[in-house]
Amino acid sequence: MGAVVGTLTMQTKQRRPSRDKADDELEMTTVCHRPEGLDQLEAQTNFTKQELQILYRGFKNECPSGVVNEETFKHIYAQFFPHGDASMYAHYLFNAFDTTNNGSIKFKDFVMGLSILLRGTLREKLEWTFHLYDINRDGYINRDEMTEIVRAIYDMMGKYTYPALKGDVPQQHVDAFFQKMDKNKDGVVTLEEFVIACQEDETMMRSMQLFENVM
Amino acid sequence: MAAGVATWLPFARAAAVGWLPLAKKTMPKPPVDNSSRSDEILYVNVSGVRFQTWKNTLDRYPETLLGSSEKEFFYNEDTQEYFFDRDPEMFRHILNFYRTGKLHYPRNECIQAFDEELAFYGIVPEIIGDCCMEEYRDRKKENQERLAEDTEANEASDAPLPPHSTSRERLWRAFENPHTSTMALVFYYVTGFFIAVSVIANVVETVPCRPPKGSVKDLPCGEKYQLAFFCMDTACVLIFTFEYLMRLFAAPSRCKFMRSVMSVIDVVAIMPYYIGLVMPENEDVSGAFVTLRVFRVFRIFKFSRHSQGLRILGYTLKSCASELGFLLFSLTMAIIIFATVMFYAEKGTKGSTFTSIPASFWYTIVTMTTLGYGDMVPNTIAGKIFGSICSLSGVLVIALPVPVIVSNFSRIYHQNQRADKMRAQQKVRLARIRMAKKGTTNAFLQYKEDRDRDSDSTALCVKNRSAFEHQHHHLLHCLEKTTNHEFTDEMTYSELCMTESVGFRTSRSTSLSSQQGAQNNSTGCCPRRARRRAAMRLANSTVSVSRGSVQELDMLHVKTTSIPPQTRSSLNAQADDLKLNCGEQDFTAAIISIPTPPANTPDESLPPSPAPIPGILRNTRATAYTHDTVKISSL
Repeated sequence: MGAVVGTLTMQTKQRRPSRDKADDELEMTTVCHRPEGLDQLEAQTNFTKQELQILYRGFKNECPSGVVNEETFKHIYAQFFPHGDASMYAHYLFNAFDTTNNGSIKFKDFVMGLSILLRGTLREKLEWTFHLYDINRDGYINRDEMTEIVRAIYDMMGKYTYPALKGDVPQQHVDAFFQKMDKNKDGVVTLEEFVIACQEDETMMRSMQLFENVM
Repeated sequence: MAAGVATWLPFARAAAVGWLPLAKKTMPKPPVDNSSRSDEILYVNVSGVRFQTWKNTLDRYPETLLGSSEKEFFYNEDTQEYFFDRDPEMFRHILNFYRTGKLHYPRNECIQAFDEELAFYGIVPEIIGDCCMEEYRDRKKENQERLAEDTEANEASDAPLPPHSTSRERLWRAFENPHTSTMALVFYYVTGFFIAVSVIANVVETVPCRPPKGSVKDLPCGEKYQLAFFCMDTACVLIFTFEYLMRLFAAPSRCKFMRSVMSVIDVVAIMPYYIGLVMPENEDVSGAFVTLRVFRVFRIFKFSRHSQGLRILGYTLKSCASELGFLLFSLTMAIIIFATVMFYAEKGTKGSTFTSIPASFWYTIVTMTTLGYGDMVPNTIAGKIFGSICSLSGVLVIALPVPVIVSNFSRIYHQNQRADKMRAQQKVRLARIRMAKKGTTNAFLQYKEDRDRDSDSTALCVKNRSAFEHQHHHLLHCLEKTTNHEFTDEMTYSELCMTESVGFRTSRSTSLSSQQGAQNNSTGCCPRRARRRAAMRLANSTVSVSRGSVQELDMLHVKTTSIPPQTRSSLNAQADDLKLNCGEQDFTAAIISIPTPPANTPDESLPPSPAPIPGILRNTRATAYTHDTVKISSL
């Protein structure tokens, strides 16, 4: 009798791990991320409470679970650029926003990124851009990374452009970029080189100012 | 999901900072955003039920009543709220649409009431979410069919004949609707009577009558009164032949008539008589002749013209033909299995009636249908066991067809309708997506054209577009500046490829070439700008931007103002004209009108244009400007 009960309990014990896994999966999908309090976010970013409220309402409406994963992000970004293929650039952008590198953007990441882009100092914006370009986060932008990014941007343009994309336009663009940025011609661009080169670039400084008021 | 797109737009624009180091040119100026950033709560009073929502929520769909300035008409100053004298229950669903981006159809509501509410609030029913779309369409179809049936029933019987119908048409109508005239009714009943007479005659002539004097054997009445029956048969056949010939004469489409089921039945009903007349009284062929007389029983099917019920039954069986066929097949399988088993079970016994497997078929069928004649009975124990299994399974198998036919009738019927609907919807869906994509391209190219021109002159026009559109276009413009390439559409692109490859500037092969006369003259001096102008124009008039990926776009509110082409010299003059005309643009909520050539069917009527080609409003010397409002909502 005891043996029977024993075998029965053993069986249930064996079954439980798999059921737990299923339960875990269920939990993971339904869990909600809540951002920190409004006050803390206000302290950490450059937004006012009102702006944070408006941002969060929009964010929560789109992502009731409180996180954006990469697929959703790509889908959203693709709707802004229906002419071309925005998935690669969206991927890099996603990684740039996902500072914690866990494959999902929470509201905090979202709002911190926006704070830098919209309300940050020039240096912060340039640093953010540098991190966007630096795909493998090693502190240097090399040619391959730059080519990837530039190709992704040109992909967004789509096929039908004027003038038509002939030859390896992205590559030429990358070469021009390195010409400008790589001061010591060592084949990589460091953060300092990048910041200095950008500050010297008149057109870029003018353009930066235009993006102040995007909110 | 326009809400989603609108929410993320600031994010996408902020991320455009990432393009700046790569940009070869300066970024364009962003549009001025005058709207206050702070959100406010609006009060909407619908027949006493107060709803509150953020203003932003309602602004998500600017081409609906609540999202546009149209709601100001309903604003009540005293109570500081928007008052609508409509159904509050329905309004709940409408408001949920704004909140969630999905429109649901409440199943307990009348479909017409729902449609009216949607029309009032300026919402296109096509955006009903997938979860409720099928139900909505089914109900709507049902409603329309019912209305159509009612009107048809009213019309069909009482409609007066068109005044100049030929006698042929009148005859056909008399045949199809016997109630229209007295003559037709009389004819209808006469044929019915003769069908009955014929059928009864066929039946009665086989009944044994008292034998004539001198003979002992019973004689079937047919042989006793041979002449009488022959006369009756002749009369019936004459009537039927006459009727058939009349129908054939009156039929609007003779081939179609001859192929129809009823005419085949008619022919089969009268053929035996004529064949019998023609055939000699030969003993050899009399066997075949007797078989032919069997076909006379098909005259009973002629009653289906007189009976609606028979027709429905026939249609049911026809529509369930595949199901019945499968049933028959499975029955045959079962019969073969059991017959084989019974045969081998009973093989050994002496005097067994199961002489062969085909002989066992009869036993199996009789047992499975629980008839049990008892002419073949198993004797061995194994035979009895299998026999009982056979009869039990027979009960199950035979009991299947009845509910199958009943349920299949509605299922198969609806299924067919749905498959066709799906196919049509899919085509419409793809077409709509293509149109929306093209609309975006057009809107953006239009925006660029405005940009190129003197920015002051377009200030008035500019404010007629939504803030969202402005910002989106600005974003696309930034991308162009970054890469130093411009967006065009497929037609222009292939066009330019052609011209470049050929090596000289040809006049366009499209139908616009006739109107580009002035254009062509000026290409010599400013080739690049001329090309861009051409690109613009073609963009506004071309059909499709075909993209491989079927990306689903949200509701894009895209307004294009079609600018007629201008000659180089009159550019300045035209700028003034444009300023004047901007004020005349008027809104219509939720219409879909696309300036496309006839390849795509335009949904709404376009404003009349002087150009010969519908939808392409180009005139080199146009004095009247027409504005197209393109609103595209796609699922």
